[in-house]
Formats: sequence, structure tokens, C-alpha cells
Amino acid sequence: MIEIIKNSIIKGCVTRQIKPESALLNSSELESIGKELRNMINKHFNRSFHIREVDTGSCGGCESEIIAISNPVYDIQRFGVDFVASPRHADALLVTGPVSKNMELALKRTYEAMPKPNLVITLGDCALNGGIFKDSYYTLNGVKNVIPINFHIPGCPPKPLDIMRYMIKFFKGDNL
Amino acid sequence: MAYNQIIKDIEKEMKINFLSSEPAFNDEVYVKVRREDFKNTCLLFHKKLKAPVMMLFAVDETQNKGMFKLYCVFESVQFKKWFFIVTEIPENNPEYESLSSEMYSASLFEREIKEMFGLEPNLSPDSRRLNLHDEVWPEGSYPLRKSFDIKDIKESLKKEYVFRKTEGEGVFEVPVGPVHAGIIGPGHFRFSVAGEPIINLEIRLVFTHRGVEKLFENKLPEECLKLSECVSGDSVFAHSWAFCSAVEKIKVIKVAPKTNYQRAIFLELERIYNHLTGIGGIAVDVGFSFPHAYASIMKETVLSLNDKLTGSRYLKGINIIGGISKELSGNDTALLLETLKSLKKDFESLKKMLYANFTFMDRVETTGILNKVIAQDVGITGMAARASGINRDLRKDFGACYNKIEFNLPEQTKGDVLARLNVRISEIEQSILIIQQCVLLLNSADSSFNYELLLGNKFGLGYVEGWRGPVLYWLKINEAGLIDRCKIVDASFHNWQGLSYCAPGNIVPDFPVCNKSFDLSYSGNDL
Ligand code: SF4
Repeated sequence: MIEIIKNSIIKGCVTRQIKPESALLNSSELESIGKELRNMINKHFNRSFHIREVDTGSCGGCESEIIAISNPVYDIQRFGVDFVASPRHADALLVTGPVSKNMELALKRTYEAMPKPNLVITLGDCALNGGIFKDSYYTLNGVKNVIPINFHIPGCPPKPLDIMRYMIKFFKGDNL
Repeated sequence: MAYNQIIKDIEKEMKINFLSSEPAFNDEVYVKVRREDFKNTCLLFHKKLKAPVMMLFAVDETQNKGMFKLYCVFESVQFKKWFFIVTEIPENNPEYESLSSEMYSASLFEREIKEMFGLEPNLSPDSRRLNLHDEVWPEGSYPLRKSFDIKDIKESLKKEYVFRKTEGEGVFEVPVGPVHAGIIGPGHFRFSVAGEPIINLEIRLVFTHRGVEKLFENKLPEECLKLSECVSGDSVFAHSWAFCSAVEKIKVIKVAPKTNYQRAIFLELERIYNHLTGIGGIAVDVGFSFPHAYASIMKETVLSLNDKLTGSRYLKGINIIGGISKELSGNDTALLLETLKSLKKDFESLKKMLYANFTFMDRVETTGILNKVIAQDVGITGMAARASGINRDLRKDFGACYNKIEFNLPEQTKGDVLARLNVRISEIEQSILIIQQCVLLLNSADSSFNYELLLGNKFGLGYVEGWRGPVLYWLKINEAGLIDRCKIVDASFHNWQGLSYCAPGNIVPDFPVCNKSFDLSYSGNDL
């Protein structure tokens, strides 16, 4: 133990302060949105909101933005949102993509595996109604044709701050 | 040696005359052969050019000519040309001799053509479906045929996919997916394991098949720009550029050099942010989370930079046919160079973090080896190929706007995770150099373009070296100016196979890092 303490005194802080500005971002906007999000989650979900993400045929753009909101710059975990590995641990499913026929069964099974009340949020234009992939021979034109959805976050893909803004809107609305 | 010499040589060797062979553009040659000569011609081109099949696809011309056309495409670095071997297959007898038993790189394409067009490759070693899963799609409906109508789908009995079985005492199977634990696309991986090491890996993909190629059809090229940007969300710019350059070729639009330099800048930005994701991913997949966090801050910086420069974090809506919608101003390039400078500094410390860590190096070295011979046989392309000692890069091989730009291709031969990591690290450095040179060239570059609305050939190939490897768009446009066929090949389509060949011998916990080192697209593969 003494070694570890000694080491950290000698080396000092090896990490560095992350300034959202260094990623060309406006930090006060991020902080105020984050604060509001945290308040909402404190109120409705006892401080933590766990999401299971499912890709049903997205182009990967929406996933990339979902990953971005958990990077150290946005770090949505500090506001109470986390992504979990199993639908059994999830408060909500976050679904992207127009639902390829090949994913229909997997989506249904994931939905059935999660605890009630089965909240479902769709993210990205193609999850709503197929978007740009609408009326293809192999898509089911949106998640709502497979499982009931509670809320939609539009965009192609929605930017990280927009995802957070829409989440707030979701908590404020009468979706819960 | 001129390129037609090789055509003559092959004619001589086969003791036949090709039906025709003509250049369509200065970089495309079409060699037309009889159906019975198709296989051998392709094999000889494959051998002589020492090149794998880059594309193999069919076009439905049954409505006006009563036949299908089959195209097999090889790249020749030596002649800076794409060779298209073409044959016709009559509608009433839709079969041809399979190429894949002697040329493995044709295998996936043949399976695709079979299910999409109903063209039977005789004596093919693998007759399973690829894109249309047996569980959800009935037999006998071929979606890429012109006569296909979704309403005609017969609800016939659906079957189950047969995985290859690995059997023996103590061998067990670990099936994973399609829904994975992380935030990632869907795919099914089936490991056969004996003790710790993987002895076989079978990958079943295409859970994100959306019928993209069909969606391009019967639309004006301008209407399809956005669609090309949604084929693979992390290669938005590479895909839209490849699509635009195919259209530009067909419409005989000469793009201004200035536009090309700007496109090259955006392409490199795309490469940088994706390589950063990959490098961070490789670190976190062996449990080294700090560099991952560090790299994701850098990635976010590049995405925000993209946003500042163009209004889109993923460079959407920039490419338009004949140019770009957003020119870089002096302020933009200043911001670009400044951001790259600080990025470079951070990148140096990221590199140090990784290379100085003994445990990390131990995990990536000699893990997931893909040797050169397999890579060549399977037809691995792009970044993964360069890590296995195959030095191909469309930017170098075909030049175009890269002629005046100096950059090096990383030389790696080991084909392990470390080699792929090294390639990605040095490509980021090269990308920064390329951008800096492009910015300099921008000031003096000509911005005029000539636009001739003369339909020359009605088909053509657009190609771009995306960050994963070549992105190819072959387009055919009909009399009305609408797209008749659009064949897309993303580097992922070739490279997923590389992953399944590199896994055996490794332990299951090393699979994520092997996977991340290839960093392949689900959507770009599945279309
Ligand atoms: S909404 Fe757009 S970015 Fe998101 S998955 Fe669909 S096409 Fe891709």
C-alpha cells in the first residue's frame, strides 16, 4: 500500500483534465443539459437508467453516436445513464435500424427477455419508419411494426447533445 | 508490356479468340467471352495478374435481351487498369461453371449471385445462401431480378441454416450473437473450441441486410447520393465519393483538381477518426482502458472538427455529383491545421502509452495471425492486407489526385494484431501529412471544371481507398438516365473471411481483439 501511495505522490497526476473545449465543444451547454438529465433520472428512475442497445440493420452511424455519448467528453454515465450487456438488466431498449427481416426474431426475443414495463426508445430516422431504406424488399419499415415503441429520437444520426435533449423530453413527456 | 499484350497472351494460351476486348475508360477494360470460356479466362487473368477477384456480379438484361450478364473484375496495379471479364447467360438456362473451387475469392460472390439472380454456379463447393437467411426468405424468389415483385413471394417452407460441424472428443461449440453485449452491429459467431484454443470459427453475417442495391435502381443518380452515404455509417465519405466518381465517369464530368484535394482531405479525416476508434478499441479489448479513453477524446475532436468544417460530424451531404457542396475557406483550413497539430501531440503520447506497455504488447503480438498466402487466396484488401505484406492501396496504385502528394505505405508483414495496429498508427501519421500537403496544393489548384452532358458509356466503376480498404461502386445507367444496376463492394466483404481464418489457434478471450484489429463493417458487408 505504502508503495502505491509513494508512487502516486512521486508521479503526481498522470491523467489530464478533459476540457470539452479541446474537443471543440461548448461545455456550459453540455453541463446544463446533463444536469437536467440527471434530475429527471433521479426523479423517475432512482438515479440510474440502464439501456440495452439493439441494432436491427442500422448503417452504424447511430451506434457511433451512442458510443460517443459515453466517451469521456460527454460521459453520460455521470448523469445516470448506462449501457448494459443484457436485456435482463435493462430499463429500456434503445433500437436503431429499419429492422432487417434477418433481425426480426432477435429483436422480438430481446424484447421478451427484458423486465416489464418494456420501455422501447427508437433512435435514428430509419428506426422510425425505415427512413432511407423504406419499402425495400427486406426491411420491415421501422421498429414499431415489430414491437411497441414509447419514444423516438430523430436524426440521421442524431448528434450526442441532441440524444441527451431528446432523453430529457422523453422523461418529461407522459411516456412513463 | 502494354495491357493488351496480356489479353493476347491469354487468348493464345486458351486457343480461342475473345468475342471482344475494348477499353471503356482509360482505366477500365472489358473482355467479352463465351460462357464456356468464362471460367478459364477468369482463372488465367487471376494467375497472370496475381490478383484476387475484386468483384463478381450479375446484371439482369432479360427484359430487352433475354439474358443475364456476368462480370468478373480484377485489379491490375501494373497496368493501372481494371479488367472486367464479361459473359452472357441466357435466361432459359441460367447456369455457369463455378469459379470458386479454383479461385476462392469468388466464393462469396457466387453465393450472392445465386440467391439474388438465380444463376446456378455448377459444381460450386458451397451452395448455402448468404444474404437472404433461409429462416425468413422462401426458395425461388430472386430479389435483384427485374421481374421480381415483392407481392409474388410465395410463403413456401423455410429452412434452417446448416453450420459446418466440428466434432470430436472434448470439442464444444460457443455460439455468440446476433445481439452482442456491446454497442455494435449484429452478427453470429460460432466458435468450436477444444480446451482453450479455437479450432474453428464460423461467422454468419448479414443480419443488417436491407436490400441496398435494389434501392438504388430506377432512381436518378442525384437521388441516390444520400443512400450511398447510409451504406456504411463509418465510411460515409468513401462511399459517397466512390458513388460520385462512378456517376462522374459515366456523365463525363471532369472534376476540378481543387475539389479532388478537398475530397482527399475529408477522406483522410474519415480515416483518422476511424483508426483512432480502432486503436482505442484494440487497447480496451485487452482490458487497457486508459488509452481507449484517450483515443476516444481524440476521435471526438475529429468528429467535432468535421462538424465545424462541414456541419456534419460524419461528413454527410458534402459530396455532390461533380463537386462538393462545402468549399473549405481560409479560416477552415487554419482550424484544420491547428487541430491536427494538437492532435498529433496527443497522438504521440497515445503511441507511447501503448508501445511502452509490456502487458499490452504481449497480448497483441503474435495474436490473430493472418498469413500472406491465405490473405492472397481469400482476397483480403486494404488495411488488413497491408498488415500481411500485401502492399496495395488504390491511392498509390491509381494515383489520380494523389500524384502530387508524397506519402508512404506502412510495411508490415507479420499479419498479427500488432501488425494491423502498426499499420493503423502509421496511417494516421501519413493521413496528417496528406492533409497538410493537400491544404498547400489547394491554394494553387484550379477550380474550374468542365461539365459535358454527353452520355458516353452507360456504365463505369467508381473506386476509393476508404480507411478499411477499397470501396467499389459499379454503376449502369439506362437510356432514361436512371440507375439500372448498382453493385457495391466494401472492403469488409472480403475481409470478414480473413477474421475467420486468423482466429483458430487463439483463445476465445483473444477473439475480441482480433475482431477489433480488422474492424469490419456489418452494414457495409450486409448491404
Ligand atoms: S438513421 Fe441514418 S445514421 Fe442512423 S442508422 Fe439510419 S441511416 Fe444510419
